[in-house]
Amino acid sequence: MRILLVEDDAEVARFVKKGLQEAGHTVEHATNGRDGLFLAASEQFDILVLDRMLPGGVDGVRLVETLRSQGSRTPVLFLSALSAVDERVKGLKAGGDDYLTKPFAFAELLARVEVLGRRPSVDAPATKLRVADLELDLLSRTVTRAGKKIDVQPREFRLLEHLMRHAGQVVTRTMLLEKVWDYHFDPQTNVIDVHVSRLRQKLDRGFDRPLIHTVRNAGYMIRAEP
Amino acid sequence: MACRPGGRADERGAAPLNAVPPRRAAPGPGRGALSAAQLGQPRLLRSAGFRFAVLFAALFATAFVALVAVLWWATAGALVRQADAAIRADAIALTERWRDAGRPGLIEAIEERLAVDVQNESIYLLVEREGGRRLAGNLDRMPPADPPDAAWWRTRVLHDGVQAVARLHRVELGGLLLVIGRDETERQQLQQLLTEGVIWASSAVIVFAISGAWLLRLVLQHRMRPTFVTIAAIAGGNLGSRVAVSGRDDEFDHLATVMNRMLDRIGTLMAGVRGVSDAIAHDLRTPIARARAKLEEALAGADGGEAPDAEALRAAIEQGIADLDNISRIFQALLRIAEAEAGARRAAFAPFDLPAVLADAAEIYEATAEARGQRLTTDLPDRLDVVGDRDLLLQAVANLLDNAIKFAPPGGTVTLTARPSSGARTWVEIAVTDDGPGLAPEDRVHAGERFFRADKARGTPGSGLGLSLVQAVANLHGGELRLEDARPEAESRGLRAVLVLPLR
Repeated sequence: MRILLVEDDAEVARFVKKGLQEAGHTVEHATNGRDGLFLAASEQFDILVLDRMLPGGVDGVRLVETLRSQGSRTPVLFLSALSAVDERVKGLKAGGDDYLTKPFAFAELLARVEVLGRRPSVDAPATKLRVADLELDLLSRTVTRAGKKIDVQPREFRLLEHLMRHAGQVVTRTMLLEKVWDYHFDPQTNVIDVHVSRLRQKLDRGFDRPLIHTVRNAGYMIRAEP
Repeated sequence: MACRPGGRADERGAAPLNAVPPRRAAPGPGRGALSAAQLGQPRLLRSAGFRFAVLFAALFATAFVALVAVLWWATAGALVRQADAAIRADAIALTERWRDAGRPGLIEAIEERLAVDVQNESIYLLVEREGGRRLAGNLDRMPPADPPDAAWWRTRVLHDGVQAVARLHRVELGGLLLVIGRDETERQQLQQLLTEGVIWASSAVIVFAISGAWLLRLVLQHRMRPTFVTIAAIAGGNLGSRVAVSGRDDEFDHLATVMNRMLDRIGTLMAGVRGVSDAIAHDLRTPIARARAKLEEALAGADGGEAPDAEALRAAIEQGIADLDNISRIFQALLRIAEAEAGARRAAFAPFDLPAVLADAAEIYEATAEARGQRLTTDLPDRLDVVGDRDLLLQAVANLLDNAIKFAPPGGTVTLTARPSSGARTWVEIAVTDDGPGLAPEDRVHAGERFFRADKARGTPGSGLGLSLVQAVANLHGGELRLEDARPEAESRGLRAVLVLPLR
């Protein structure tokens, strides 16, 4: 993916840029809002990673508002040291798609960038999601594996749906908390791990091949290959 | 983190903000040293006091003019109207007489009237229209009318040897011309008297209006001066000052009370900020120091003579990152608490269905409880609308559940209930009950304090911030957090944490 990073802190920028490049992405970097806006408006990017507070008059929110008013639909991930709930809401209202509070683990950033940059197309909404022999029917809200029906609770269904929509991508614990539980804070304990392991037991019981994988220091991924 | 220097509460108590002086105390220092401009005394024309005073004077003058007009209409005006009515009646009577008894009868009637008129007020003149021969009356000649053929007019006449202003009415009776009138000297005297009175009174009004206005401005300034002095002192940094309340319970007192409330609020906010910085200073340094020490140790190990142990180095770095994550988590929790304590989130209050949020919280922790071999049960009403901050309440309840699950024994039970209070039904009690060791009464008082951890809790993970947040969220919503024994008679008493919220 081609990523535009707008971040004024040189050390954070270097770290993020290096990490994203190592993950196989192309990164353009701007140090202030004005340059960032110029780059974002003149070139094509798959995703913008913006610091919320930027020097030079144009801050992250202004930048996104300007871009959106010009009709750009490029996904935007905010990085911010402002953690208050209102700030997050403000960022999303301005047209941001996701919000990550500093300090963050790089794995968290990478997972969010990859999920945002490869959002499923909205044109053809699928009614069934498939990973290997696991099938999730969005209409009848049933889960089957190799034709065998698996009973899941409604929340487990949503959890599985989220994982399957991003099959092959890392989904972090906080992403699951936000998207599946609408829970915008860190619960300090491993509540998500327990839910995932319960779901995993239901899916993998009686099958040789596990589908939900734990990605060390990052989160979870559902994929067919071991 | 668990150990802390004693006496922090004392230090906080000594902070100038908490030492709010009594309300009636004289305002801040430097009272005499402040210039008029500093006290907010603008130039005369810009002064609100002056404008109020002018308004007052104008109202006063308007009232006076209205009074004079009414007085005039009721006295001088009434006399004129009475005279006209008398003349008109006289004219009708004389016309009747003329019709009945002709010219001689009319002359006789006029002379009769003049004879009985002891006050010398009546004026009559009867002349022939042709030639103008005088037939009867107390006027020598026809008084000039203006315009010449006017039926009613007023002019100066000489009657019975007296010069007087008279109101006259002319009636034509066949070949005769009858003028009937009334001497208006008395009315004129009254009018003059009234005019003099009005002039004197107007002067008095002007004097009163000006002095009243001046007094009004003075009083206004006098009442506002303490407020200005106090606010000037606050602007100068003395946040402990409060506007003096006179006790008269008037508008100024209301203003002062509201202002003092605002200052108290600012004081609370400042104390909150101070609390956070205290907490940071006291309690973030410890984990930072620990993380630093470990990293330094790892570095020293790597520099040592022996071959660096890659595995140990890696473990040290991972531990360092975990420590930093922990620090940032504490930091985040502190900010959240401060946010709730400051009341800044009250603007984001919205109505929501409480049982749904509670069910969400229970749902997310249910798996954790199950993994620990515990049971998490709920008893929630079908629907209960509350107004508040959904996110913060969810987090508060999550913290309570987290605590309960942490302290309940394996195989134990955690219960989440919500019910409107049995009394006036204006409160809802959200209770999280566990069958763990409970909390000693002496620890309950401190449970809401930041970083407090009871002795029994030292062995479990946690920052000591969970209940602080619950406490802050309860306060934010105008409710309270109550901690009680779940089973007072049992050996492990268990804890029942009740979050009481007002229902609106």
